[in-house]
Amino acid sequence: MNPKDMKIIAFTCTYCAYNAADLAGSMRIQYPHNVRIVKLLCTGKVEPILLLEAFRYGADAVFVAGCMEGECHFVQGNLRARQVVEHTKQLLQDAGMDPRRLEMFNMSASMAQKFVQAVQTMTDRLKEQGPSPLRAPTTDSATGGVEQPNLSL
Amino acid sequence: MNENVEHKQKIGAVLVAGAGIGGMQAALDLANAGFGVYLVEEKSAIGGRMAQLDKTFPTNDCSMCTISPRLVDVDKHPNVQILTNSEIVGIDGEAGHFRARILKHPRYVDMEKCNACGDCFEVCPVEVPNEFDEGLRPRKAIHKLYPQAIPNKAVIEKAGVSPCKAACPAHIHVQGYLALSRKGKYKEALNLIRKDCALPSVCGRVCVRFCEEKCTRAQVDQAIAINDVKWFLSEQVVDSEPLEIGPAKNRKIAVVGAGPAGLSCGYFLALQGYDVTIFEKDAEPGGVLRYGIPEYRLPKAILKRDIDYIRRCGVEIRCSTALGKDWTLQGLREQGHEAIFLGVGCSDGAKLGILSEDTPGVIQGVDFLRETAQGEIIELGKTVLVIGGGNVAVDVARTAVRLGVEAVHMVCLEDRDEMPAHVEEIREAETEGVIVHNCWGPFEFVPGESGVGVKGACFNKCVCVFDDDGRFNPSFDDQCSMGMEADTVILAIGQRVDPELAGPLGTIERIRGNSISVDPITYATSEVGIFAAGDVATGPRTVIQALAAGKEAAESIRRFLEGEDLREGRETQRQVADPDVEGVVPALRRVKKEVPAEQRKRNFQETVVGFDEDAVKAETERCLNCGVCSECLECVRVCQPKAICHDELPEEITLDVGSVILIPGFDTFQAKIKSEYGYGRIANVLTSMEFERLLSASGPTEGEVLRPSDGGHPEKIAWIQCVGSRDVTCNRDYCSSVCCMYATKEAIIAREHDSRVQPTIFYNDIRAFGKGFEFYYENASTNVGVRYLRGIVSTIKEEQRTKNLLVSFRGEDGTMTSESFDMVVLSVGLEPSQSARKLADRCGIDLNRFGFAETKEFTPNQTGRAGIFVAGVFEAPMDIPESLMGAASAAALSGELLSEARNTLVRGNAFAEERDVSGEDPRIGVFVCHCGSNIARIVNVREVAEYAMTLPNVVHGEHNLFTCSTDTTVAIADKIREKGINRLVVASCSPRTHEPLFRDVCREAGINKYLFEMANIRDQCSWVHQKEPEPATEKAKDLIRMAVSRAARLEQIREHSFPVVPRGLVIGGGIGGMTAVLSLADQGFEAVLIEREARLGGAALNLRRSLTGLDVSAFVEGLRNRVISHPRIKVLMDSEIKDHSGHVGRFSVKVRNRHSGEESGLEVGAVIVATGGQEYEPTEYLRGRSDKVWTQTELERYLYDEPGRMELVKNVVMIQCVGSREPENLYCSRVCCGTAIKNALALKERDASINVYVLFRDMRTYGFKELHYRKAREAGVIFLRYDRELKPVVEEVGVGLRVTVFDQILRGEVALPADRVVLSAAIRPHSETEALGAIMKIPRNDVGFFMEAHMKLRPLDFASEGIYLCGLAHGPKYIPETLAQARGAAARAATVLSKDVLQVSGEVSVVDPELCASCLTCVRVCPYNVPEIDPATNRAYIEPASCQGCGICASVCPRKAIKLQHHTDDQLLAKLEAL
Repeated sequence: MNPKDMKIIAFTCTYCAYNAADLAGSMRIQYPHNVRIVKLLCTGKVEPILLLEAFRYGADAVFVAGCMEGECHFVQGNLRARQVVEHTKQLLQDAGMDPRRLEMFNMSASMAQKFVQAVQTMTDRLKEQGPSPLRAPTTDSATGGVEQPNLSL
Repeated sequence: MNENVEHKQKIGAVLVAGAGIGGMQAALDLANAGFGVYLVEEKSAIGGRMAQLDKTFPTNDCSMCTISPRLVDVDKHPNVQILTNSEIVGIDGEAGHFRARILKHPRYVDMEKCNACGDCFEVCPVEVPNEFDEGLRPRKAIHKLYPQAIPNKAVIEKAGVSPCKAACPAHIHVQGYLALSRKGKYKEALNLIRKDCALPSVCGRVCVRFCEEKCTRAQVDQAIAINDVKWFLSEQVVDSEPLEIGPAKNRKIAVVGAGPAGLSCGYFLALQGYDVTIFEKDAEPGGVLRYGIPEYRLPKAILKRDIDYIRRCGVEIRCSTALGKDWTLQGLREQGHEAIFLGVGCSDGAKLGILSEDTPGVIQGVDFLRETAQGEIIELGKTVLVIGGGNVAVDVARTAVRLGVEAVHMVCLEDRDEMPAHVEEIREAETEGVIVHNCWGPFEFVPGESGVGVKGACFNKCVCVFDDDGRFNPSFDDQCSMGMEADTVILAIGQRVDPELAGPLGTIERIRGNSISVDPITYATSEVGIFAAGDVATGPRTVIQALAAGKEAAESIRRFLEGEDLREGRETQRQVADPDVEGVVPALRRVKKEVPAEQRKRNFQETVVGFDEDAVKAETERCLNCGVCSECLECVRVCQPKAICHDELPEEITLDVGSVILIPGFDTFQAKIKSEYGYGRIANVLTSMEFERLLSASGPTEGEVLRPSDGGHPEKIAWIQCVGSRDVTCNRDYCSSVCCMYATKEAIIAREHDSRVQPTIFYNDIRAFGKGFEFYYENASTNVGVRYLRGIVSTIKEEQRTKNLLVSFRGEDGTMTSESFDMVVLSVGLEPSQSARKLADRCGIDLNRFGFAETKEFTPNQTGRAGIFVAGVFEAPMDIPESLMGAASAAALSGELLSEARNTLVRGNAFAEERDVSGEDPRIGVFVCHCGSNIARIVNVREVAEYAMTLPNVVHGEHNLFTCSTDTTVAIADKIREKGINRLVVASCSPRTHEPLFRDVCREAGINKYLFEMANIRDQCSWVHQKEPEPATEKAKDLIRMAVSRAARLEQIREHSFPVVPRGLVIGGGIGGMTAVLSLADQGFEAVLIEREARLGGAALNLRRSLTGLDVSAFVEGLRNRVISHPRIKVLMDSEIKDHSGHVGRFSVKVRNRHSGEESGLEVGAVIVATGGQEYEPTEYLRGRSDKVWTQTELERYLYDEPGRMELVKNVVMIQCVGSREPENLYCSRVCCGTAIKNALALKERDASINVYVLFRDMRTYGFKELHYRKAREAGVIFLRYDRELKPVVEEVGVGLRVTVFDQILRGEVALPADRVVLSAAIRPHSETEALGAIMKIPRNDVGFFMEAHMKLRPLDFASEGIYLCGLAHGPKYIPETLAQARGAAARAATVLSKDVLQVSGEVSVVDPELCASCLTCVRVCPYNVPEIDPATNRAYIEPASCQGCGICASVCPRKAIKLQHHTDDQLLAKLEAL
């Protein structure tokens, strides 16, 4: 399966990362079409269940993009989000999934390139990882057998 | 004052001039406090300088991130009207009732229609330096100032009409077609010519090129070969489709004569949709073009091509039908022709009237050319004499050459330079063998023997062609004559109107013999409905003049037929652009290839070969874009909303306002003035502003620092400080205040971008005096690796091969050193913006000698003209937080002046009553936007909209060209009502810009604004997947499916509102607190002032004089009297805060009297914390052990109160930075340098023989304080610099003291005798700061000062809404700074107190008490300390007025008892579910 056809969910904060993604548009920077942005007011709202549900509903990769550290409009939402992401990576690992399917990025509103790089990074990883093992085995079931998901997570 | 005026109510609106960060602050503070605001900005967008910055010190926050929400706030505010491209012309009236005259420069784009889709940017062929990127990359003539610009609308830059276009009689868009040709858009270029020129191919060959005569390029090297480009274009697009022809009018017009004027007139009328018939007497159309211009210059096929095109446009041409013979003018009218155009030309050759002129061998040039053109063979003999020096004579001569004549002589009256023929033509004729004889006039022709033919002619020497009045009146020398033999003599001395037309033209008025008399503008003849132009009206002129006249006549005929005024608007001339050619690199003009003379003279083939594509590219690239916009009209062609209006004119409007705030911002110093640094000459020397753009992720290099010379990564980068600051040689002896910090920031960020960068900063003093600056500087030098080198750079030289820079500098010890760098950044200073002087003049306010607005220390922000206030760098060089304080202060001053008129000129948004949809099933309407072609070109919007209809709960789906256009939004609201839609989904651009708009649509349609959801299918889909239409379409479907899924779960949220307590509280009765409380009271609010001590005045009680010598004690006394006597102020002395609760608009405060212990409660709507600071009590330098060691405040007090103590004091040593800038107190106390200088000057003034030594680390006399520093040095105060590691030592020696210091300048120890040592002791926060912070839950920084909400953008606010900050409690500062901040805090508080009720955003967390386990998790994690356990229920409670909506509490609540409204788990999961 082409990583371009897999799905990446990006949870972004309103002020920085979402604006960076918009700016990438203004600047017409082209990037893979596999990403779907879910806008949050602040990444402080991110919690493990939200990230895990994204995988359960079929995301092959998930990333959280918040403000630069120390620049959160809500003081420390992004720091909180990083903790949550780190914790959830552990959960993924425990569940037999590659924790690198989940990542946290920080960017400011003017860093369109950084947003694009985030999408690219996750897409590159998907190239080696293949689709999420939680995907319904429809088109492409050969995941290489690296990840052994424990679906009772 | 007139009594009527006095009693007239003041005007509740304010004019804010300058929409940078300061202007926006003032505008928002005023608008939020109930005043109407006009925000006038010279540029096309708001945002000012801050928008240009990459990061801001000392937090390294992204500048755009912090400013852009504010841009949107200003844009959306119902009470702020933004006027861009506008300037103040004059201000009449007085405080309270001003009338401002504003000049609105045209934008050429209709702001109502433009939706910033950017299609026009893509097609615009003109590239000019992008000023926003400091010229480091180009932008188009139609552009946005920057990608995030507000107003988000295009703008066209025009510098006037280009000289070429102005010079062309037909005003062809020359610059436009050159620009289009440059881009290879030949068809568009030719069509552009056709808008003004009926015969482009003909013109390309024969035009005399008025345009090239005025070409600006000629000032650099040579004019552009404009006409040769036109020639090329006419060859590229041969059978093009006609231009758009107007709707058929069914009205007949007759044109007489198919020469250039007639063809032109007919063509332009046909384009309008009129029925045009051209009547031509000859067998073929073309007139002089066919029968006068030889084929080798204008091939018949080329002429036919243009005429065929005109025919395709609908013009009927009837040939061989002549006026007077076949029909009459009256007959034309009777046939139903409503107007007649006469373009019959001058076809009759003029005569000399000399002896034997009628000899058969003497013929007329026009006849000769005509017959040749008709293919008749004329016998000329071996020798031909051509009489005349014009183009026709040259044509005749060269035609004769081609007919095989052996010797062709041209004889003319004029000398070589006077000859009317084109230089190029004469030269070509000569190379073909024509011999030119100048300054001879014939007086007789010699008939041939036996009367057959001619034998020759006799000439007299012509001594002068024109008389003293410049009229043609040749005089001859009869003594000097000659004879020439010839077989044929051809006369080419001029033409006239065919005399046979005299009869048929009837009573039409004539002049100069036969010419028809016409109005020079309208070309109307004396007969109504008959117009005439071309040679028949003017005598023989050029083709382009005839074409132009025909076009103008066509416009007159149109007006005549439509009953419009013939003259209106046709006489005004647009201003001609006059660009600066400095720095333009010369590039020679291309020339057409000539066919060798020997080859060309044998036939009638064209004599030159037109340009190829390479030559066209080279020539068009030489164009200097004089007018900036080339008026190629490509933008008009592609703009779907039809927003472009190139004809827009400037407009002057008047605004009635109560006060005016001027915040015009700054320009940076022109680095070229300091020529020794090579800026502009040396590629790798940049200004700091340019470097800022290089650092910016959205800048020209996307944040990569690259060398302009070679695009390489510079490693060694040097910053040079004080370029255009502290420099008497360029009349800028003030300090620019911000450069030390911005250079430090740029150095840090450059290293962040590329760890190989080794930054060096050459400086004089590092002025890190602001809050957090010292730490920033210290961190840069010790941790980041920025090298600070104290030294003065004398020159910069470029190394030829490497383009590296050799920087020569004088170190502190005086030695000269050189070092090589890869790049140098000049830290350019700030100065008032260029327009500031004009602005001041027009507003009637005074400037200081540098051009900054003149204000006084105790009345900052106030000018000499009441009601006109200033702020920002216009007042003095300052950084962003200070500009904001000043701006807010100016807002407060306006509020004080206009308090009676508050809320008189504001409008709220009135919306329909909201329908309760809570019981309804979701009914979703989906609206998909094309955004012109921005989305639709990539995403199949029709398919997407159809798909949306299939989604659950969707009851309506459609797609629109522009969903945000006014008519579409109205239609959406109608659709919502009509179909009972209760959730709106719009798939278009970004909620960042458009969510507020569509939320308003919901409200207009009567549903709650939270029932709206947006799918971003442009910025995050079509724009970023431009090459993948199918996947982009699929992605758009996904995004809409996710949006619909969430929309179905959206809930209406009723925004909570509560009444505001209209009373302000100020804590602290120093000058800051007193100023704040007075401002609140003067703005009309009740206010309470709490002071711990028994006396008002605070730290200022210790001061006697200000830096400029004003009496501080008297000022404090004045404030105190006003405070205690103000009817709206209640003062609680000896009191302190014991308890504080509540939220913005409604705080409960418990106050305790420190003497009686009595406690009282107080309800207030807003709180200003002004608790001040205190002088550090030093333990260093024998302080406390010797009574000869004083602090600066003691010295000041003794100087004025106890002068006796000063007797016998002859040597005073001041030591700076006592308790400041130390590892444990890593901050600068800001005021000590100025205080030391103030007191040193006072000592010198008292007794000039007193020796005053100031031992300093860096002198931080920023802004105009630098002038006092200079004055002190001039007065003989001695400054010695010491290092933190090598502190001075103070010892008691006998009855006096001795101070030993290692002087860094002399590099040696110096022992100074001292009668007194004066310590510049640090400023510390007030001792009660910590306790108050704990009670009010407001944070402090690591050195104990209170911490504002944002160091850069919110210097007056605490993160907790409704609590504000000013004075020393915030950080050390001078009196004027405290006053500005205090007033500013009052302006902030007024935004709350002026409201009856406050509305709370619906996007807040709410606790379900049923689920809450009171575990305190939320209480612990909230960064704003909002959740608390409600004692009544013992459950968590989140005050909606205080909640910021980050959602951290909701995400950590173990029992999921907290939900963040509008971002509930349910709603977020719905999006994922739909994946």
